[in-house]
Amino acid sequence: MKQKTRQVLIPLLSILSALVVSTLIIGMTGRDPLMIFLKMFHLTLGSAYGTGQVLFRMTTLVLAGLAVALPFQVRLFNIGGDGQLQMGAFAAAMTGTMLSPFITFPGAAVSLCIISAMAAGACWALLAGLLKVRFGINEVIATIMLNFIAHGITGYLLTYHFAVPSTVHTPPVRASAFIPAFDTVTGWFANSPANLSTLPAAGTAVLFWAILFHSRFGYEMRAAGLQPDAAKYGGINTEMHLLTAMGIGGAAAGLGAANIVLGYKHYYEAGMTGGIGFTGIAVALLAGAHPLWIILSAFFFGFLEYGGLTVNAYIPRDIFMMIEALTILLVIAFSALEKNMRHV
Amino acid sequence: MGIAVRLSGVSKKFGSFSANSNISLEVGQGTIHALVGENGAGKSTLTKIIYGMHRPSSGEVAIHGKTVRFASPRDAINAGIGMVHQQFMLVAELSVTENIMLGNEHAGLFRRLPMRKVKALIRSHADAYGLAVNPDAQVGSLSVGEEQRVEILKLLFRNASIMIFDEPTAVLTPSETDQLFSTLRALAVQGKTIILITHKLDEVLAIADTVSVMRKGEIIGTMPAVSVTKTGLARMMVGRSVLLRVANPPPSPGETILSIRNLGFGSPKGDKKIHNLTLSVRAGEIYGIAGVEGNGQSELLQVLWGLSPDGTTLSGEISLRGEPLIGKKPAEIALKGVSLIPENLRRHAVILNYPVSANLIFGRHRERCFHRGIGFNSNAIKQYASEMISEYDIRCTEPSLQPISSLSGGNQQKVVLARELNRPGISLLILAQPTRGVDIGAIETIHNKIIEARIRGMAIILVSSELEEIISLSTRIGCLYKGSIRHEFSREEVEQKRMHEHEFLKEISYHIT
Repeated sequence: MKQKTRQVLIPLLSILSALVVSTLIIGMTGRDPLMIFLKMFHLTLGSAYGTGQVLFRMTTLVLAGLAVALPFQVRLFNIGGDGQLQMGAFAAAMTGTMLSPFITFPGAAVSLCIISAMAAGACWALLAGLLKVRFGINEVIATIMLNFIAHGITGYLLTYHFAVPSTVHTPPVRASAFIPAFDTVTGWFANSPANLSTLPAAGTAVLFWAILFHSRFGYEMRAAGLQPDAAKYGGINTEMHLLTAMGIGGAAAGLGAANIVLGYKHYYEAGMTGGIGFTGIAVALLAGAHPLWIILSAFFFGFLEYGGLTVNAYIPRDIFMMIEALTILLVIAFSALEKNMRHV
Repeated sequence: MGIAVRLSGVSKKFGSFSANSNISLEVGQGTIHALVGENGAGKSTLTKIIYGMHRPSSGEVAIHGKTVRFASPRDAINAGIGMVHQQFMLVAELSVTENIMLGNEHAGLFRRLPMRKVKALIRSHADAYGLAVNPDAQVGSLSVGEEQRVEILKLLFRNASIMIFDEPTAVLTPSETDQLFSTLRALAVQGKTIILITHKLDEVLAIADTVSVMRKGEIIGTMPAVSVTKTGLARMMVGRSVLLRVANPPPSPGETILSIRNLGFGSPKGDKKIHNLTLSVRAGEIYGIAGVEGNGQSELLQVLWGLSPDGTTLSGEISLRGEPLIGKKPAEIALKGVSLIPENLRRHAVILNYPVSANLIFGRHRERCFHRGIGFNSNAIKQYASEMISEYDIRCTEPSLQPISSLSGGNQQKVVLARELNRPGISLLILAQPTRGVDIGAIETIHNKIIEARIRGMAIILVSSELEEIISLSTRIGCLYKGSIRHEFSREEVEQKRMHEHEFLKEISYHIT
């Protein structure tokens, strides 16, 4: 099998098999699977509002996926997307509320907030990168621990210092720091949380692809990931590439947080980013860590996430979480299976 | 005596690729049967069929006259077949005795291991076949030669009557090789059947009773070893006549390019890997470093390329045209006109997943002429790649798409050689094991290119464990032993002694062990 076909066929096969299994499960709950799927389609892609919802979720997931995919290219497994999103979200909200009202230059306030979100995410990821490069600490463990720490820091700051009394969220950011919704700009996706963040998210995916596969920087970075020893012999600074990949990945996660805080909620709320970082891992795995495929993969997961909500009245949302996890398991299983078949 | 292994019409296909086609072979009991052929000729597939790792697509395998169908190596082991792989299958943390028993303990789940019985058995085998090894030693502390003895003892413990050896001498010192050969002869005398896979033709002539030559998945011929010559075998393997010895016109050395003075290298663990090493290389000469692996070659290469691991203590001086080299990074060293071809090509010199043309610029990708914008100038690279491919006879179909891992070892080496020899402003070339895992046909091209580079005025350091290679290419030869140059043969000596290769080999062997 050609590598290209393999890249497309395995995820497709996995999704299809996961759908077959979920059909059976839905059937076992006593519901008509066809009815459920039709309803799901109708309520998501069938309406402007539903499409907007899917788009909104997809936007964050593209960035959370990229946060995993780029470090993956240098053989680092970034489990810390969650912590990076959380730090990014908190930074965006804080910058947004504390902004001087005199910043009036159009776009300046929102840009500042986005930059601080990205910087916070990048720093949080870089911390794990530095621990890896300086002390050889496994990045999986480091990023998991940093997730807890991020949770603790934001929880403390929110509860004791910044929450609006008797709520679990901060005061809203200044209106000048809002990322406008599609609804207000073009009138698309009426009332949905879809906002202009989708454009930079897609842009980031394309940018990552261009850097990785069409720049000298990417040539070095991929070499450092594929064969670190050979890269050193070739005079490549592998440590720099590890750090950059982590940092840029974290920045992508921060941008994903900006989509939620600045584009939709307009404040930071406890638990608002919960679990998205982990779905990001699934997004990256399904896409084989390829930046462009991540857009499709994020769409699939965004669709399942919101689709699950829409039919919540008929079947538990948990079934859709099962489908997500099952798809990833199948991707991994099929890849391993195919590899074995090639070698016998 | 009878026939130990009989293959009749055996074929093995992987997809549309025929690794073995229609092979018929008889191996007599109590004989040493050598299987020679280039890389990819199908030797390992054939032995894997005998050892039960592959099932033949068609044809029959008979062991001691009985037709067998092995489902796994377990079946083959039970039928009395054993194999000593190139990479030893030993557990470093366990003792020699434990390793020999492993998988064959003869004990109940909760019963004590019959250690004493096994140890006695090891001793008696060791005496009979010259396989001296301490049964209580931890395997991790053994030398490579001893580890190989453990592997052989393992087979004897399992009562193997047919033993397959895959390139057994690749990792041995000359004296260990001699010892292995006497062991193999003793085993054959006792009625054991030995199948020997090798690419060293001298060894075939020295030890084998019968030799089979394979080419492109087929057996070209099987004949008694006494009836063949080295050149005859080489011709059969490659399918055309090859020069085993390149022409080496007299050198005219120029100024000193590299000089190493009193180099010392202490590993992070505190072992003295190199001490008081002094040598110099002039433009237009090849300085050959002969030595058994593990005598400081790897460390010397690391220092020269600026990659000695953190915690290494270095002393002494290295200067390149008078400039100090120690403390510089690989990219800086390369910029000064130095090229390195590392020992382990696949691990250190190429990115296996990258296409051929991307590998042709690897390490040289910082050169402006390959750049355009933030990326690469694909036209410039394409043109450069096609020049290199024709000049160095690199066999590949689609240089910009085909990953280098799909090329044979020889062609991969040619890619690296082309890249490094054409580095702009190159004055020093450091070559380590340039023909390891390379076919005879490709060795000729590679050796010629090395000599050509020398004639163009490059200073070359050649580190190789193949003494024949050192002798035929070098201008001067340094014998490396335990981290320093123990003896150096001058240019005149080398030129004179080269005429009598056999004696010269012995003399060098004496200085490196």
